[in-house]
Formats: sequence, C-alpha cells, structure tokens
Amino acid sequence: MKRDSIPEVIAFLRDDARCRFGCLIDICGADYPERDERFDVVYHLLSPWLNQRIRVRATARAETPVPSIVELFPAANWFEREAYDLYGILFEGHPDLRRLLTDYGFQGHPLRKDFPLTGFVELRYDDELKRVVYEPVKLMQEYRSFDFLSPWEGMDTAIPGDEKAGEAPDRKGEP
Amino acid sequence: MAEIETKAPELDSGKREGDDRTFTINFGPQHPAAHGVLRLVLELDGEVVERVDPHIGLLHRGTEKLIEYKTYLQALPYFDRLDYVAPMNQEHAYSLAVEKLVGVAVPKRAQLIRVLYSEIGRLLSHLLNVTTQAMDVGALTPPLWGFEEREKLMVFYERASGSRMHAAYMRPGGVHQDLPPELVDDIYAFCDPFLKSCDDIEGLLTDNRIFKQRNVDIGVVSQEDGWAHGFSGAMIRSTGAAWDLRKSQPYECYDELEFDIPIGKNGDCYDRYLIRMEEMRQSVRLMKQCCERLTTTPGPVTVDNHKMVPPRRAQMKGSMEALIHHFKLYTEGYHVPKGEPYAAVEAPKGEFGVYLVSDGTNRPYRCKIRAPSFVHLAALEFLCRGHMLADVSAVIGSIDIVFGECDR
Repeated sequence: MKRDSIPEVIAFLRDDARCRFGCLIDICGADYPERDERFDVVYHLLSPWLNQRIRVRATARAETPVPSIVELFPAANWFEREAYDLYGILFEGHPDLRRLLTDYGFQGHPLRKDFPLTGFVELRYDDELKRVVYEPVKLMQEYRSFDFLSPWEGMDTAIPGDEKAGEAPDRKGEP
Repeated sequence: MAEIETKAPELDSGKREGDDRTFTINFGPQHPAAHGVLRLVLELDGEVVERVDPHIGLLHRGTEKLIEYKTYLQALPYFDRLDYVAPMNQEHAYSLAVEKLVGVAVPKRAQLIRVLYSEIGRLLSHLLNVTTQAMDVGALTPPLWGFEEREKLMVFYERASGSRMHAAYMRPGGVHQDLPPELVDDIYAFCDPFLKSCDDIEGLLTDNRIFKQRNVDIGVVSQEDGWAHGFSGAMIRSTGAAWDLRKSQPYECYDELEFDIPIGKNGDCYDRYLIRMEEMRQSVRLMKQCCERLTTTPGPVTVDNHKMVPPRRAQMKGSMEALIHHFKLYTEGYHVPKGEPYAAVEAPKGEFGVYLVSDGTNRPYRCKIRAPSFVHLAALEFLCRGHMLADVSAVIGSIDIVFGECDR
C-alpha cells in the first residue's frame, strides 16, 4: 500500500459499513536492510462486528516519515512510539514521538538488523562512585553464531583449501 | 512512595496560569500499587489528576530481538517470561502461530491438555489480579486466601512440566509430555472446593462497602472508546461487548466445550472485578469438562512427525534414526515454510497475539508480541484523567497489567 494513503485506507476500513474494522490490534515494524525502503510498517485491524481480521502493510525509509493514525485510533499512540523507538521509523503528525521501551538516553534503534544483539553499552554498579555506570560492552567470550544451513543445501563459507581445487588439475600435468 | 518532585506551575501547559496548586509527582517505579516497575509522572491539580505519563520499559529485556537469534524451539521459553502470572497462555499463542505456519493440527488429547492448562493459567492470573486489586484499595485478607489457591495450581504446573512457573510445556506440535492419570484426578478434585474458595473471596469483596466505594464508577469506559483504544479481554467485556476469542474465533477444542462469557454493563472497575470472578467459575467448568474428557481420550499428545517433535527417549535407545532426529532437532531445529502468521489467544488479560515473519530458515525473521497489558496501559491517561490520585491505583489494579509482557 502507498505510504501516504495510510490514513485514508485505515479510515475507510474503520468507517465503511462493509468493513467496520473498529479495533486496532497492533502496529509493528520489520526491517529488511537489503531493500531500498528498508522498513515494513504492518497494521493489524480487527472487526469485532464482522469477526474479521485484516493486515495492512506499507514500506518506509529511515528518513521518510509515515503518516500517523493517532487521530483515528488512540491506541496507535504507543504502538507508533514503540516502532519509532525500536526501528527509528518516523511518524508524521504524532503528538508525542518519544522513546518508549528503551533506557533514558539510549542511542540507536535496537530491533534493526544491523544493531548487534549484545548492544553497545553495559552497565554495572560502581562501588566507589556509588552509582550505576555505563561502559562499552566487553564480551568475555566471542558471541557464537552457527551456520545452520545444511551442507547439502549449499554453504556460503569456503572450506580452507577449497581455493586450490581449481588449480590442482593444471599442476598435475606440469611435471 | 509518591514524593513531590517539582513545584513549577509556570512550566505547566499554560491553561492554568497563576494557579499554584498544579504540581507534578513521581509515582513509582518502586510502588506497591504499581504492580511491578511502573513509573508514572502525574500532574495534579490539588488531588485531581490532570495528566498521566507512564514511563515503561524498566523491565525491557529485548525479547523480540533475542527470539530473532534463536531457533523456533529455543524461542519458546521466552514466552513464559512475558506474563509470568499465567505463563502457559503465552506459550500457547506462540505454538499456535508456529503450527499455523507449518500447517499441522495437534491431536485431541494435546488440545484438551492445552485448554486445561490455559484455564489453570486464567485462574492463576485472575486470582492474583482480583486479590491484589483488593489489596490496592485496602483489603489484606483476599490476597492471603487467593495465594493459597494459587499455590495449589502451581503444583499442578510443576507436576505436568517440572516447573512451577517457567513451564515450557506447550510446544509447537503438542505438549511436552503426557499427564499422569493421578494428576488429572487431582485437578478434578481441586475444582469443586475451589468454587467454595471463590465464594469466600467474593463474600469478602462483592458487597463490601469500602471495596464498592473505591471501585464503582471508577475508570468508566464506553464501548466505542474501548474499541478505539484497542481493548480486549475483561476490559472490553466490562463495557458490554460480548467478545471473547474463545467463542468468536475458537481455537483448539473450545467450540466443543460448554462455557459462558460474562459481560458487564457499566465499564467500571467494579464490573471488571465481577467479570473476573465469574470467569474463574467458568474456567473451573471448563477444567472439569477437560478432566472428564481426558480420562476417556487416550492417545498421543504430539504430532507424529519427528522432524518437528523429538522422539521418545526409549525410542532413541534402539533406533539410530530417532537418535539422528533428536540430534538435529536440538542443534539445528526445524525449518519452517515462508509465511507471516498471526495467532491470538484469549489470555487472562486480553488478546495476546504473536505475529511471526518467517523467511524459511530455522529461526524467526521477526516476532512481534502483541501484549494486552501494553495496550491497556497506553489508555491509562484516558482512564485516569479527572479522577482523584487515590483512584489511580484502583484503575491500575483493575486494568490488570504485568510488566513482563508490557515491557517485553
């Protein structure tokens, strides 16, 4: 769906007698960094009168704002704040677009795929300063990520020594 | 406790210039009536609440991010830790979402066990909520009585899954283990005496003058406002909407069982309390039906597909294939088809939904958790504006929030 037409479409779905999707269930973001418009904004609506659910989807870049639907559904307020907090999706016309779930003074948008699972800062209580201090993350052990793709389905990583495979037949003929 | 933070009338919105009675107080994050780590910034005019700004996220653990890095089976225990008052209801929603994606139907016995334990979860949650709501408005005995019953229910959790709270029992494809017959008998034996305990708690509260003064006509919601704010569960039923996912969009075998949905009239805190009490009685009715049917419904409790569900321990001792299946499941997990299912259950607090985005690998690409507490807490300002400061704790008690699922 076109990004700019979200309010009209949602308003139609809410008010039209054949739809009556009067209950906003959820708004959530999703990140696809390989795309040009990397974010999906997914709206879930419910029509309790017709017992139907519908999913509406729009795409956005980090810098292109999405029209807010707080005017239509007050429930959208926190969902949009959450999507802004976790993905950095901007909502145009939102009355109070602050961070919601992350720490006070948090930097970055943690649910983006390029945000590391460990984050950037860790905190501990400093007994000398008598307060909690923030420090860059120090990992005692390297974070392990496994290649779950079955070797039969194709491996991305080359096994050490594979690069010689092409050369080997030529050399055989030489001596 | 609540302490006065600033007294700066000139910094207010400006509509009450020169009125030096408007001040801001900080409620929580460690407050006994906040039901967890909720920080409220309240703007008060005398004792009347003008603005409520909930600051949440103090219990944010990044569950959705963590799930993206886990296989479908490893992601399951995170759901216990969301609404830790009724853990299995969350697992249920997740399992339904994965099953929708894979396209399997669980056997009848597993469905009955799931319904049985969902209803036990409902009792756990409602017992905690009703009694602590009473405590918020000044009664001390109901929590003591209610927690005694909760303890018995947690023993049922433990006897089924080995764990009192973080059960990891309902898994995609069924439930982890079958129930022993004695346990089914004991749950059945629990049901009727529990109704007596319900009567006892209700005897303390329903006609209690103080309890009624603190709850009747407090936090009133109309039905249109309720839908617009995305309410579900007891919150929307208190406004008179007959909406329950167990009836309107039945999952598992709820459509074969007999139960009624209580609805309210006034949409206030007192109606929500009455609805929760009646829902507990209906849950007991469902539990009894499940126990009866479980004794006559033998059979497997998981799907018969060892690409998704591990083989029995005894099989692994004799069968090489079973051993390979077990190893693959606990290292690589299973691959699911591409798709984006949304599955919702009627959790004790409202509609708990899980929206999965799968890219065909063994890990979810995105897992969005739609928690009822989050939606209901978002409406706190709407519910509290114009009420007295003391009513804020009554409203927080009646909207039934748990921070595990609100902050995720």
